[in-house]
Amino acid sequence: MSAPFVEIPEQEFVLPGTRTCAGCGLALAYRYILKALGQDTIVTLPACCLTILHGIYPKTPIAINAVNNTFASTAASAAGLAAGLKVTGKDNFTVLAMAGDGGTFDMGIQALSGAAERQTNFIYVCYDNEAYMNTGVQRSSATPQGALTTTTPVRPKEQPKKDFLTIMEAHNPSYLATCCSSYPRDIYEKFKKAKEKDKTRFLHVAVPCPPGWGFPASQTVKVGRLAVETALVVLFEIDEGTFRLTGKSLTMARSGRKKPVVEYLKKQDRFKKMTEEQIESLQQEVDKRWEYYLNRANM
Amino acid sequence: MSRVEIITANQAAAMAAKLCRVQVIAAYPITPQSKIPEILSEYVERGKLNAEFVRVESEHSAMTVCISASLVGARAFTATAANGLAYMHEQLHWAAGARVPVVMPIANRGLGAPWTIFNDMQDSLSQRDTGWMQFYCMNNQEVFDYVIMAFKIAEEVLIPAMVCFDGFRLSHTVMPVEVASQEQVDEFLPPRKPPYQISPSNPININPVVMGDLMPDSNGNICPDYMGFRRRLQKAHESALEIIASVGSSFGKMFGRDYTDPYYAYECNDAETVFVTMGSLTSESMEAVDILRKNGEKVGVVGLRVFRPFPAEMLARFLQQFKKLIVVEKAISYGYETPLATEIKGALFTYRSPSMPEVLSFVVGLGGKDVKPEDLIGIYKKSSEISPDRTFWWHQEELHDECTIC
Repeated sequence: MSAPFVEIPEQEFVLPGTRTCAGCGLALAYRYILKALGQDTIVTLPACCLTILHGIYPKTPIAINAVNNTFASTAASAAGLAAGLKVTGKDNFTVLAMAGDGGTFDMGIQALSGAAERQTNFIYVCYDNEAYMNTGVQRSSATPQGALTTTTPVRPKEQPKKDFLTIMEAHNPSYLATCCSSYPRDIYEKFKKAKEKDKTRFLHVAVPCPPGWGFPASQTVKVGRLAVETALVVLFEIDEGTFRLTGKSLTMARSGRKKPVVEYLKKQDRFKKMTEEQIESLQQEVDKRWEYYLNRANM
Repeated sequence: MSRVEIITANQAAAMAAKLCRVQVIAAYPITPQSKIPEILSEYVERGKLNAEFVRVESEHSAMTVCISASLVGARAFTATAANGLAYMHEQLHWAAGARVPVVMPIANRGLGAPWTIFNDMQDSLSQRDTGWMQFYCMNNQEVFDYVIMAFKIAEEVLIPAMVCFDGFRLSHTVMPVEVASQEQVDEFLPPRKPPYQISPSNPININPVVMGDLMPDSNGNICPDYMGFRRRLQKAHESALEIIASVGSSFGKMFGRDYTDPYYAYECNDAETVFVTMGSLTSESMEAVDILRKNGEKVGVVGLRVFRPFPAEMLARFLQQFKKLIVVEKAISYGYETPLATEIKGALFTYRSPSMPEVLSFVVGLGGKDVKPEDLIGIYKKSSEISPDRTFWWHQEELHDECTIC
């Protein structure tokens, strides 16, 4: 998994001309996802930031086949593509479904749960920017506790982020992994691995959002790294049931070094109303969860 | 060769779908259509039908699976009714906009609230403006025939099609159906030829964001705006009327049952009054007309088979010859009148002649209320007493209030 050098192909499937905001974590992650999955990928997507990235008709910067569909339907659309391609003898395609946290944690959960329970042969990616960013930063069930959004504008979100990874693990996907857009090599390796498997594969990709989270567009990689370095985002994979920490999270587990969450929080305007008590409480939650992951990894 | 079988409309729809060699079936159970996917799943599991059967978790997903499977070239099929159809609503629009030739039988059933599992046509008629073609069947033979014709028509005009028939009245009632042979259906309906081939070497971005103004592509060619795509769908509907007639005619030549006309006319030659209706009410009205004719009444039936695209000119020119039209429907457009009555009045106005028939509308049979020939005879008599300015409810209850909570 962690060979020092990984040959990442030069061929680009995300060409210049995406319509994302400056510093978009999704655009960075998507580039490496498609490098790993290659030309024979067909992606289906709901109305989301990825739709914007794909551009406006009749132009697109995306050099693979793409099928747009409605908000609640991403995983079902993938199931239709998988069935249609199989029955018409076009088995060479990798079917990729890709939706944001709103389209996954909230509206898309029914179709995703159904497709995963049926062990549909596809890769589902939730790129998580922790709110409805495309429509203007409204709260989702993936928004973390303490964050300001345009629908929690005065009192920051009271509830913690939905534990979606546990929900997906309960569906027994053949492969489940977490990524962060600041670690492209980790993304590339995990998607290479996912491509070689069949049945349902689920990958969660944390993608910082400068306008939605309130940090300068130049800091996307830094903020993403801090998310991992503070263990708010933990990089791991569950490969045919076996849990493994990967990349930076594995290094942190070995070295025992982990940054305090406040370093991550203070970089972003959305957390500016968090009190010291709330930050301390979050730190305790993160520590507890980190211990849980260390135990799962036998470390 | 064809053979006659005594089957329900659900069986007829499933057998027709099998003969059409559907490639992807997605379905979710809802009464009264559930037997269709049950039968098809058995065909698939026993190896009698080479198809992918996707047992989805909702109707919204059933239609989504059909859309995406169809977009990559498969012949896709599902069936639903009532709240299942309502739950698909978003995807019905998407399917028509995406121009996928999906075919979907609807076992017509009333919508909640309050709950009913029984028959009326509110479900499919309230999907009128989704961009789908809608065919209405008066017996199980028509269900069988229209499923086959619907694929042929849909794949030519690239518009999805509903084949609607009355839940329970037809879905669960057996009657003789002439079942065509596989060889006949193969000849009538060859494998689907999609308008493009999906391929990794020539990637396309299907149904992206389209703006309100014309935009150039990277070669400078001007491409359609959103309105342009919508206009093409309307134009395809307009052209579909001719395709429906020619497919109906060629079906008649091959199978002996002609569907050139978008309506079925019964005892209309010397009629002064006609029942205008759809679905199994057409069959029921024919019974009533037989009785009325014995009593010397000059009455006939016009049973509409094609509701979308609406055959306005043909229907209006045909209906102009009568003195009175009694439009009988199992649906209501709340706040106005029965939907078919509105359509007919509009068509008569557009293609008006010096002699215009009187148009009276009756709502009947909601939520499975039985409509017998005696009811239609009663409606015929009542039609000389009522005013044409509002729909008459053929319903025995005396109303004393406008809102009873149940």
